[in-house]
Amino acid sequence: MQGPTFMNALIELRDISKHFGEGETRVDALREVTLSVGAGEVVGLLGPSGSGKSTLLNVIGCIVEPNKGSMNLDGEVVYANQWLRRDLRRLRLEKIGFIFQFHNLLPFLDSTDNVALVLHLAGYPKADARRRAMDLIEYLQVGHRRHAMPAHLSGGEAQRVAIARALANRPRIILADEPTAALDSERAGIVMDLLRKLAAEQQAAIIAVTHDEKIIGRFDRIFRLRDGRLES
Amino acid sequence: MNLAFRDMRHKLGRFVVTWLGLSLLLGVVVTMAGIYRGMIADALALPVSIDADLWVVQGGTNGPFAEISRMPGATREMIARIHGIVMAGAVTFQPVQIDHAGRRLKLEVVGFEPGRPGGPVNLTAGRGITRSHYELIADRKTGFAVGDRLELGRDVYTVVGLTQGSVTASADPVVYMTLQDAQDLQFDLSPPEARRETARGAERADTDIVNAVVARISPNIPVEAVAADVRRWKHLSVLSEAEQEAILTSVVIEHARHQLGLFMGVLTVVSAVIIALIIYTLTMDKLREIATLKLIGASDRTIIGLIVQQALLMGVVGFAVGTALVWSAKDRFPRRVVLESTDLGILFGVVVVVCLLATALAVRVAVRVDPARALAG
Ligand SMILES: Nc1ncnc2c1ncn2[C@@H]1O[C@H](COP(=O)(O)OP(=O)(O)O)[C@@H](O)[C@H]1O
Ligand SMILES: [Mg+2]
Repeated sequence: MQGPTFMNALIELRDISKHFGEGETRVDALREVTLSVGAGEVVGLLGPSGSGKSTLLNVIGCIVEPNKGSMNLDGEVVYANQWLRRDLRRLRLEKIGFIFQFHNLLPFLDSTDNVALVLHLAGYPKADARRRAMDLIEYLQVGHRRHAMPAHLSGGEAQRVAIARALANRPRIILADEPTAALDSERAGIVMDLLRKLAAEQQAAIIAVTHDEKIIGRFDRIFRLRDGRLES
Repeated sequence: MNLAFRDMRHKLGRFVVTWLGLSLLLGVVVTMAGIYRGMIADALALPVSIDADLWVVQGGTNGPFAEISRMPGATREMIARIHGIVMAGAVTFQPVQIDHAGRRLKLEVVGFEPGRPGGPVNLTAGRGITRSHYELIADRKTGFAVGDRLELGRDVYTVVGLTQGSVTASADPVVYMTLQDAQDLQFDLSPPEARRETARGAERADTDIVNAVVARISPNIPVEAVAADVRRWKHLSVLSEAEQEAILTSVVIEHARHQLGLFMGVLTVVSAVIIALIIYTLTMDKLREIATLKLIGASDRTIIGLIVQQALLMGVVGFAVGTALVWSAKDRFPRRVVLESTDLGILFGVVVVVCLLATALAVRVAVRVDPARALAG
């Protein structure tokens, strides 16, 4: 079990449980998970396949509703045995950035617009959204691909555009599910450096699921999941 | 940033093919409406070209366009003497079939008295009838030109003038000739009988039968007052211009509305089903993108907007292209196609409503998409 709660914790879970199905087919994906991640921290989430890593990330991302427990994001109790906020998408838009294993860029928008879309949804003026999107793409060293459609990007380029999108709205919580799985070790290193830099600069909390032994050394802390239970 | 538009641009080929099919389908619907209006226009063409204020017809009938109407030729003089009547002319109507230049032509022969109402008002070529015999004014649709000669009954006629748009309700072109010629023609077309009559030395006075008397009324006298005067003769009925048109329109509507209406209804339903199917498949292909949109925080409004806008764009462009196609090809149709802006407006409205309804299924699916789907491999 994790230690005392940080004063400046951005993510706080208490006794979060989640099971899928009932009776014979019941799977306990998370069992009374309690954890806390502070601002500026980059945390790795490890565990064998099926241990509940993705489910945990989805719960924190307010995509999957837990069955029990409570959850506090950026100082707001969002779950206490039930959702306390109705507009979870708004919450995601404002506070959470996702980086997926599969980049999930919208195929009909070019790199810049994929990033600008998030800002557009958040109500930024069009010109501001585009400018910030371009800056982010530049920052992630894919500026030369800013007008490329996702189908024409390499895996690494697409992943960096996707990271730019996750960062666009300056979320304080960034959730990444195997962000480096599709990258070689050099690029994986660059992405990790980038995440660390972000956490420091924006005082964000980052949780990244990984299988990747080569980047384990780059996390501030490691959470290990086994059968839905957190072991430290 | 318009997502609907961007997605369409991304899959342009697919949308173009859809638009093509849809525009042909909606073009057929527009054509149906145009043919319906064209039938009404055709039905009214003859009375409109005759341009009478009052139609005097056989008592108890709805006039020569609806049923048989016969009266003595002398009726014209009686009518002309009524106060308020400026001019009156006797007219006959008779369908004939002729073989001309290797084609079989159906014509409507209108007999009228030159200088009196009943003849064509506007000529597009040639001149009016000046001689009392063997001259014709033909509608352009007959294919005749000024100077052409054709055999009708026992006589050879010369085309001296042309009209445009003089057709019957069944779209047969009209030829005009003098009342005298028309009455002779009617008589001559039954030669054996006629010959027998002539052989017996019978008089031909009983051939002075006309189908209606048309009249123009002084602008200062109410039509209804004149009509009341005519009605004193029990063997005559009177139709105002408006009544005549109403009768003709109702005949067409009875004949055509059910068939064309049924066709249009079926085609509209087919279009609706096709739009619904296309929108549904487009949405099913986008489920992952929709999940991603939800994941990054897009509202249902954004997602429904994407679907609805694409559906509308599909319908509106299909309708516009279909209408443009019909517009450019309408003069090559065998029947008259009249596109009226009110009809197009109504059809446009129907297309919009159909598109909105067609999205219902897709919207239902899209709203239920789980954002977690975007994360799954
Ligand atoms: N939507 C779901 N429905 C049913 N079972 C699920 C669902 N999502 C995950 N599970 C189950 O929950 C367990 C944990 O899954 P997951 O969180 O994806 O593990 P990991 O990401 O560590 O591989 C697995 O046994 C998986 O089969
Ligand atoms: Mg997983």
